[in-house]
Amino acid sequence: MKIIAVCGLGIGTSAILKVNAERALDRLGLTANVDASDLAGIATAAADAQVILTSSELADAVRAAIGRSFAEIVEVSNYFDVEEIGAKLETSLG
Amino acid sequence: MTLPPLPDEAIVIKAHVDDWRAAVREAGRALVRSGSTRSEYADRMIAVIEEFGAYVVIAPGLALAHARPGPDVRREGLAVVTLAEPVPFGHPHNDPVRVVVGLAVSNAEEHVASVARLANAFNDSGIVGRMARAETADELRALLGFDGAAEAEA
Repeated sequence: MKIIAVCGLGIGTSAILKVNAERALDRLGLTANVDASDLAGIATAAADAQVILTSSELADAVRAAIGRSFAEIVEVSNYFDVEEIGAKLETSLG
Repeated sequence: MTLPPLPDEAIVIKAHVDDWRAAVREAGRALVRSGSTRSEYADRMIAVIEEFGAYVVIAPGLALAHARPGPDVRREGLAVVTLAEPVPFGHPHNDPVRVVVGLAVSNAEEHVASVARLANAFNDSGIVGRMARAETADELRALLGFDGAAEAEA
């Protein structure tokens, strides 16, 4: 399974999202590769991903950028809330 | 894993700003004072928010202002600005912002490790409020997990 964390630049915020998504998966007992990407590289990065994690602020831009991808976009409000990230991942991976 | 140093010059406590741009500029000036960036970097941090929106407000009350590595970054650096009056950045859930963390990186690779450590520091949900209320630079450094003055000056 592959998960992509996306932010505008691919540095900084997506790295935080990646770290906390890995924590959340660990707590759920799930394993997945979590990569960080910027908006410009998302189409390539998401080609074989199941889930894209991003800010609610960027979700529309991500949707436009990935075009026809089967990946589900999961919007995270608080990047530090491992419980929020976990609950949303669990729902989407359900 | 270590964070970039956070010397006194890079900390502004209870700044008075009119809007989010002024808050980001304050972080930009702090990065210039600590020798991390040139003044142009502040414009680039503002441009990121203008281009992508307020996604840099990554938790309630907390903005992580940053831009891509570039010639205006001398070395990796961290700045913390707390605001006397919170300002909105335009984020649907996490406004208003009370703490702005400014981050400058000279390359994307060296940076993931320090961001991971920042993520550790912020995993405690009460930390933004405690940072906003902090009265001294030492208090802020302690909240972020700096071990003491030696590390701050490193």
